[in-house]
Amino acid sequence: MSRARVFDRLATFLLWAAGLLILAILAAFLVRILGRGLPFITWDFLTSRPRSMGPGGGVGPELFNTFYLTGLSLLFSLPIGVGAGIYMAEYAKPGRFTDVVRLSVEALASVPSIVLGLFGMILFVNWMGWGFTILGGALTLALLNLPTLVRVTEETIRSVPQIYREGSLALGATRWQTTAKAVLPSALPGILTGVTLVAGRAIGETAVLIYTAGVTASRHFPDWDLFAAGETLAVRIWYVKSEGLVPDADAIASGTSALLLIVVLVFNLALALPLHWWQKWRMGR
Amino acid sequence: MSDKVARYLLWASAAAVTLVIMAILVFVGKEGLLTFADVNPFTFFFSPDWNPPAGKFGALPFFVGSVTATVIALLLGAPLGLAGAIFMAKIAPGWMRAAMRQASNLFVGIPSVVYGYIGMTVLVPFVRENLGGQGVGVLVAGMILAVMVLPTITTVAEDAIRDVPVMLEEGALGLGATRWQTIWGVLLPAARPRILAGVILAFARAFGETTAVQMVIGNSPRLVSSLTSGTSSLTSQIIMEMGQTPPGSPWNRALFMMAFGLVVNSMLMILLVRWVSNRGVAR
Repeated sequence: MSRARVFDRLATFLLWAAGLLILAILAAFLVRILGRGLPFITWDFLTSRPRSMGPGGGVGPELFNTFYLTGLSLLFSLPIGVGAGIYMAEYAKPGRFTDVVRLSVEALASVPSIVLGLFGMILFVNWMGWGFTILGGALTLALLNLPTLVRVTEETIRSVPQIYREGSLALGATRWQTTAKAVLPSALPGILTGVTLVAGRAIGETAVLIYTAGVTASRHFPDWDLFAAGETLAVRIWYVKSEGLVPDADAIASGTSALLLIVVLVFNLALALPLHWWQKWRMGR
Repeated sequence: MSDKVARYLLWASAAAVTLVIMAILVFVGKEGLLTFADVNPFTFFFSPDWNPPAGKFGALPFFVGSVTATVIALLLGAPLGLAGAIFMAKIAPGWMRAAMRQASNLFVGIPSVVYGYIGMTVLVPFVRENLGGQGVGVLVAGMILAVMVLPTITTVAEDAIRDVPVMLEEGALGLGATRWQTIWGVLLPAARPRILAGVILAFARAFGETTAVQMVIGNSPRLVSSLTSGTSSLTSQIIMEMGQTPPGSPWNRALFMMAFGLVVNSMLMILLVRWVSNRGVAR
């Protein structure tokens, strides 16, 4: 066998090893997180209140807050993110303004989440004087969602075939009618994929929330009060492991980690599967 | 909704994104730069002495900690990620590629606090027992960050390799090159600008990562002295101390200045990505 062939075989072998190693790392993480955490997830753990000192606290309010904050943040960021995405794909002409917006989206996407958290703290906690609130946390979290939503919307809308627009415009529809009725429906699956992406990130986010929504949760739950402090599952893990005083911090952190992972996975499947079926159904028609 | 109103609302949404990033730069920048009313800039950037109650604001250990952890992350993560990307793009059979795509999504789905928790409970004791030292420090932080940036690198690099024109690849194979010679001699050079852009993006992400790093780096405000002893980073120092400082105090402002450093770094990274990508196009 020539030298080149030997190298080729060797490279193939090493590249396979790299691929398998990546899968093995993931498997190790999953086994560790779920193996350690699942035994702690009981009905009581999911529904009872956390304790600040003694053992045996649950994460009921945190579970609720996680969904509440994520939902609110999407409520705030979706209209603006999708709107800006539509603008960039359908309306923007090459020029100064478009360049600036594009750079802004990239810049916002690269701002570390801790900086967003500090910005939210200045704005909502100090300046507005709200203190640590669910509303402030959700608004700050919305800033984290924004760039991804803009980018995904723009890409998806650009990939809608030009014929759709031409057909609609030729029938006498205005530009907005064309965008809303011919382009957006075809782009919807793509945009929803973007939503799962940002929701997954929002569910697991900590640095944005520690100094905006705070590290405490209401005594009762579900607490819909926008001005209550709103610790989430992810923040709970961070808090019990770095500052908390509970003796069973490891049990709580393990259980909450597994729970958080399951929430993210279920959320992805809950949106991805219907989307997949819907697309198949549309294709089949 | 009339055409005009719609157009105006969409324009306003786009403008809002610009407004947000401007506001972040102004608010965080202003708070941060006010540090230099009380602290000598030279001291801030070059003194290793961080003792805020005593009025000492040397932030050097945190800059060095962030850079070291990030560089370790890339040294570990970039080769593995790139190898994974080549594997996915050119070698893996379909089912294996599908599995790796899913794996990439799952890596992204694991929250950073969970990465931190694993680092804290698995890697820190492992390093302490096998390499000595305290276990916490830039090595474990770098290892955790390496895993966290894997999906960024594999995704970007795989797309870059896939997008190399088929003609180039077939030309090389037609001339009798082996698969590896084609990958190494043709595909990787052609995909280099975008691969590099992916690595820079990974650098930016690792540099700004907060919770995962804070949980494993030890949080002692000293200059890095070894891979396995406690130090701190910009992000972890901010998250640790922000809660104990009154707004407007020099201590608070110094933390904001560190945050501003993070923002400036991420802006530089974006410009670098643009520069690298454009250079690739021009050639």
